[in-house]
Amino acid sequence: MSVGKRFPKVDGASKADGSGIYADDISLPRMLHAKILRSPHANARIRRIDPSPALQVPGVVATLIGAEMPEKYGVIPWTHDEQALATDHVRFVGDEVACVAALDERTAEEALKLIEVEYEVLPAILTPEDALAHPEIKVNERAKVGNITKQVQLEFGPVDEALASAATIARQTYFYAGSTHTPIEPHCAVARVDADGNLTVWSSTQIPHYLQRELSRVLGLPQAKVRVIQPLLGGAFGGKSDPFSLEFCVAKLALKTGRPVKILFTREEVFYAHRGRHPMKMDVTVALDREGRISAVDNKILIDGGAYASFGLVTAYYAGQLLTGPYRFGTYRFDSKRMYTNKPPCGPKRGHGSVQPRFAFEVALDEAAEKLGIDPIEVRRRNFIGEFVETVNGQKITSNGFLKCLELVEEASGWRTRHGKLGPGRGLGVAGSMYITGTAYPVYPNEMPQSGVLVKLDRSGRVAIFSGASDIGQGVNTLLCQIAAEELGCDPRDVTIVAADTDLTPVDLGAYSSRVTFMVGLAAREACLKLAEKLRVAGGANFTEACQRAEAIEGAPLAAAGGYRTQKLGGDYRGGTIGASPAYSFTAHVAEVEVDEETGIWKVSKIWAAHDCGKALNPTLVEGQIEGSVYMGAAEAQMEEMVYDQRGLLFGPSLLDYRIPTSLDTPDLESFIVESNDPGGPYGAKEAGEGPLHPAIPAIANALHDACGIRIRELPFYPQRILKLLRERRDKERAA
Amino acid sequence: MPPNPGRRDVLVGGIASAIGLGLLDGCATVPTAPAAAAPSDLVDLSLEVNGQRRALRIDPRTTLLDLLRENLGLTGAKKGCDMGQCGACTVLVDGQRIDSCLALALQVEGRKVTTIEGLARGEELHPMQAAFIEEDAFQCGYCTPGQILSAVALLAEGVADSDGAIREGMSGNICRCGAYPNICAAVRRLRGRG
Repeated sequence: MSVGKRFPKVDGASKADGSGIYADDISLPRMLHAKILRSPHANARIRRIDPSPALQVPGVVATLIGAEMPEKYGVIPWTHDEQALATDHVRFVGDEVACVAALDERTAEEALKLIEVEYEVLPAILTPEDALAHPEIKVNERAKVGNITKQVQLEFGPVDEALASAATIARQTYFYAGSTHTPIEPHCAVARVDADGNLTVWSSTQIPHYLQRELSRVLGLPQAKVRVIQPLLGGAFGGKSDPFSLEFCVAKLALKTGRPVKILFTREEVFYAHRGRHPMKMDVTVALDREGRISAVDNKILIDGGAYASFGLVTAYYAGQLLTGPYRFGTYRFDSKRMYTNKPPCGPKRGHGSVQPRFAFEVALDEAAEKLGIDPIEVRRRNFIGEFVETVNGQKITSNGFLKCLELVEEASGWRTRHGKLGPGRGLGVAGSMYITGTAYPVYPNEMPQSGVLVKLDRSGRVAIFSGASDIGQGVNTLLCQIAAEELGCDPRDVTIVAADTDLTPVDLGAYSSRVTFMVGLAAREACLKLAEKLRVAGGANFTEACQRAEAIEGAPLAAAGGYRTQKLGGDYRGGTIGASPAYSFTAHVAEVEVDEETGIWKVSKIWAAHDCGKALNPTLVEGQIEGSVYMGAAEAQMEEMVYDQRGLLFGPSLLDYRIPTSLDTPDLESFIVESNDPGGPYGAKEAGEGPLHPAIPAIANALHDACGIRIRELPFYPQRILKLLRERRDKERAA
Repeated sequence: MPPNPGRRDVLVGGIASAIGLGLLDGCATVPTAPAAAAPSDLVDLSLEVNGQRRALRIDPRTTLLDLLRENLGLTGAKKGCDMGQCGACTVLVDGQRIDSCLALALQVEGRKVTTIEGLARGEELHPMQAAFIEEDAFQCGYCTPGQILSAVALLAEGVADSDGAIREGMSGNICRCGAYPNICAAVRRLRGRG
């Protein structure tokens, strides 16, 4: 049997020998290279634009401006507020303005300089506070009120009553800095139009289906004439789950010129494409009763959204909706506001919307427990919400292995003998979290399945799986082979995967919200089970013979389809379906830190991470997801931040200036898999790719408190910030 | 009206204004000649790539990375930043690892270049490639060719004598999937095997 076993990635050899094809490895006959002109202003009207001088450069084949495809788009159908190239208004430094296609990249880049654009520079809004204070300066015309993308205010139970009767209250302001995904593969797209006018776009996207829809709308082509293919994808982390300007530009230029067109973003442009972690300012109140039970949580969240909505409508909900586990909240209220600002748009980075409030809440919980003299692990255990229960905001939790997670990290870290006892400058901290296994609903309402898988058996014994799912490195193609082997009895190496091609494969909505293993896994299993029954009836000495006998009985090719159908889930109130998920994953971390109290320089010595993924269909892949998540979370705590100057210019859009951890900066980590066997998941599986990121940041913050008595409430935890807090602590001690 | 800034000018222009200077405004040069090199500007290059002698006529501005990817169709070396910051384009020149995006192709005239495509011995993967697969030392795979070549060179350098030294020695190759523990494990697996 294959499911649950360690099995190397099926595309491993093609990644190790360099033969795997990523978007930028595609080169077609007569292919042109295009480059995009970007705005040097954070907020400006375009008074005049004339691309014609660029056409004079030998080697330039075509130019493109916004007026040629003005239709607005966006990944969420309710917030179409982007244009591939701006027609009249640029909204951040780096916003796209015009495009040139030439015989080679260098010529296209040089020709961009000849495009004439006349701007009327407007005052720029660079903070969410300014966005609130100046509703008269419109960052994005889509905002109905001032500069608000979306505001969500929800209250569950009488919060003020609970606050009035609380035994202790922790109330503080927290700030979570913006960070970005930084996949090593820059965005790349190639387009080609065939003799019949069919458009094919190869793109480094996590959402082939949504991209197909938006291309069709913006270009005015029937959806059936637009084909999107996702080749191997060189990292994404949520940063490739929007439609991007380059995809529309290559498509339009291919239509215009009749030649294939490629755009590869430079590293600098990847920073402008962004869609990274939203900066959030959070005023958090956590109230405990005398027994240390959470009686009230109140959170006021101000979200810095950047120039476009992206997934922002969902972000505003997730910032509140996903906090209500793994602990039981007596009452809960949140008020979250996502503001438009003149900066690159934020979006869904791994742990979309919920990483920031999780940090604030888990630190506040520690602080409140400390006031009551309760151990940080004990307060989390005492507030455990349980299995098969409903959260305060109406989300249905199924399996829940959080207690086991806590127990594992408590044991492995030696918490009982070491917490509070490691001596000056060293400490342990704990944090927990919950995350969705897929968002319950598609981004556009429809009754069709969210995932489809077709399985075909050949008389040679070869199995072909046609799946719309995007393997972005998480290994879904490997899981599909394992599921086929499990149900059909074939060798997993005898499976061909045809994936993420909107012409050839059934729809999958995309690799976002940790939905793939669960939804695609269920669809694949359903298809395989249908075929397994035919093979069983046919019999045969081996798999190949069984295929031949079954095909003879069938009198037609052997194939079957499976689907994942949307379940009705969520609370019965406006917005109650956002944050609803068929299953939730749970995680606990303990972090150990060392701080030099003279300099403020600190490091994470180790992180123990235990994650309830329901069932590890391939433990090696699950461990990789846990480790990658912990790495990325620790990175945000340590060093990552998008910084802008007073004109809205991003400081140092490069991998030297935007610092990300190397092998030297990555903490030692030990991961533990907890299997709670979810009744709804394929073989009991839930998500593993995003949940394990969340607790890293607050566990580190809480460890810094254990190490040297400071409470850091602002990311990243720069040494100078630590030093400032240490000095304040010493001054307070001296005064006392 | 001053010419409008191109992509690379955005940063320069921003810094100039931020420090109160307008010096760079209006200085963007307008190209009078095509950017692609004229045939008369092409130069001859001869080198050995993965054991084969290659003779080409190239634009002298071509980087080694573009030569490999565009002129020779060896797309295993990846363009992650084109600025020597990520290591995805790492190749071996006379056995030493370099960022191929930072070298002009002409700089390797007459030298031996090894890319990921030249590492396997016939049908058999190089032991480092096999170790990366066995240790699950990658997820998306984009940095992997560079990581593997860097690891091969690191072992040849003979300095990977501790886990700390492996981390140090591999720190020029960024893996955003965070597979560092497994990358180090793959290098460790081969250390001392010669």
